[in-house]
Amino acid sequence: MTTLLSVQEINVHHGQLHAVRDFSLDVNDGEKTAVIGANGAGKSTLMRAIAGTHRPTSGRIFLRGEDITDLHAGRRVEAGIALVPEGRRLFRSLSLEENLLTGTYRKRRGTWSLEAIFELFPWMKERRAKPVARLSGGEQQAVAIGRALLSNPDVLLIDELSLGLAPSIVARIYGMIPRVVETGCSVLFVEQNVAQALSVADRALCLLEGRTVLTGVASELERSEVEDAYFGVAHGRGGRKERNSDADS
Amino acid sequence: MQILDALAQGILLGGLYTLFAVGLSIMFGVMRIVNLAHGDFAILAAFLAILLVGETSFPVWLVVAITVPAFAAIGYFLQRTLFQQSLNSGPLSTLLVTFGMSIVIQNALLEAFSANPQRLDVGQLATASFPVGPIAIPYIGVLGLMLAILCIVAIELFLRRTATGRMTRAVSDDPDTARLTGANSRHIYGLATGIAFGAVAIAGLLLAARSSVEPTAGSMRLIFAFEAVVIGGLGSLWGTLVGGLSLGVVQTLVAHFDPSSSILAGHLLFLLVLAFRPQGLIPARSL
Ligand SMILES: Nc1ncnc2c1ncn2[C@@H]1O[C@H](COP(=O)(O)OP(=O)(O)OP(=O)(O)O)[C@@H](O)[C@H]1O
Ligand SMILES: [Mg+2]
Repeated sequence: MTTLLSVQEINVHHGQLHAVRDFSLDVNDGEKTAVIGANGAGKSTLMRAIAGTHRPTSGRIFLRGEDITDLHAGRRVEAGIALVPEGRRLFRSLSLEENLLTGTYRKRRGTWSLEAIFELFPWMKERRAKPVARLSGGEQQAVAIGRALLSNPDVLLIDELSLGLAPSIVARIYGMIPRVVETGCSVLFVEQNVAQALSVADRALCLLEGRTVLTGVASELERSEVEDAYFGVAHGRGGRKERNSDADS
Repeated sequence: MQILDALAQGILLGGLYTLFAVGLSIMFGVMRIVNLAHGDFAILAAFLAILLVGETSFPVWLVVAITVPAFAAIGYFLQRTLFQQSLNSGPLSTLLVTFGMSIVIQNALLEAFSANPQRLDVGQLATASFPVGPIAIPYIGVLGLMLAILCIVAIELFLRRTATGRMTRAVSDDPDTARLTGANSRHIYGLATGIAFGAVAIAGLLLAARSSVEPTAGSMRLIFAFEAVVIGGLGSLWGTLVGGLSLGVVQTLVAHFDPSSSILAGHLLFLLVLAFRPQGLIPARSL
């Protein structure tokens, strides 16, 4: 497997606030990586820095070996990065179909077309002309994911898919992730629910106050171990032993 | 009969008001910029056209064909530089910047062309009219109304039917998220301002063809345009047409009875709408 996305030593600030500290991460082709962390840990800030809507103060970001740190968000979409933002953020004055189609703006070629999205979420087809404000939270999340997929990304970033949704709906939406990975896309997702994250991901990393405090293969990580890292409980040095050692895991 | 005549003239005048207001409506709709120099840019376009006609042997249609795209390009450029800079530092600063530009343009025009009113010579077109029953309908008025409708139809088609138009509406909703779907919001802002400046140049040329204009005429134009936008409903282009027509009709009808109250009647209509229907007459948004 080759490294698709490589984040190297980035620091991201909100004014004085140091939200992401010396963060490094490699995402390989077709890999599902979960980012876990408490409220305010810096997960969204990290996602936005990778997507290009928030500039890191230092560090570099590479996609397939090319430095994309200086590209604005629109160009990063063109390069193959798409973010499903926290809170879905659909365009309220656009119809469902128009919302999806904004994803095609950069005209990247690939598996995902409007038809393919309608196949993935069949209910969308007959409601395509409806305004998105009337959709339920789960439906809106599906539209937000469809919109991102239509840009045919190589890396799909998802920020808190489960926010405000019932567990059954969350499970159903996560159910489509294998389909996405099948098309050769890597997924980097933020998830507060540790069990959910570990069940979907190949690899997980835990953020605490902007630092990676734990990384590992998802199936080998203990849930309690992750939860300790999540809340910043240091069990001896156990929680930190794998810090930034993603290359060998 | 005279009332009918006033009504017809009012509708035609409303067409001109609409043409002025469309650009203001777009800039507010997409970028939430209130361009206080809007009227002055129209007058600037008119004087540049007058200069071109005077200094070259170009026919008027060619001068129009140069001025309008040139203004669209100026709009794009100004947005990418000055307006974007001021947008980055908050809404108050766009007001200050455009207010400053208004003053600069007025003074530059006074300096270059003196305070004398001038007009764009379009020959017969300025005065010719055709009879409809007992009413004489001026060709230039009809041209203004048609251009206004044409502008709105063209812009609506752009916004609804093209990928760039769709993205313009997305940027207007939420620029941050639009970037995440691939937009370069600065470029989109530039295009929107380009369209607005193209429309305002058409409005300025038409104004100068109808009657003579002086360098300071822009301020009053801005007020009428602003009133048309608010009466029609912010962000709605068809609303802007309805607003422009209402303003034109009310002004002209009142002028029929008491010419000195005409402008005041327009302001009153504006205040009434603000007080009782602040969302405007046509709340369906284009942007
Ligand atoms: N726009 C902003 N301006 C200033 N500070 C911000 C901004 N956005 C986030 N922060 C701060 O940066 C830190 C990290 O925020 P971030 O949103 O990245 O956390 P998060 O892990 O996504 O949290 P949550 O689980 O609540 O979504 C927090 O302390 C937050 O208060
Ligand atoms: Mg977050």
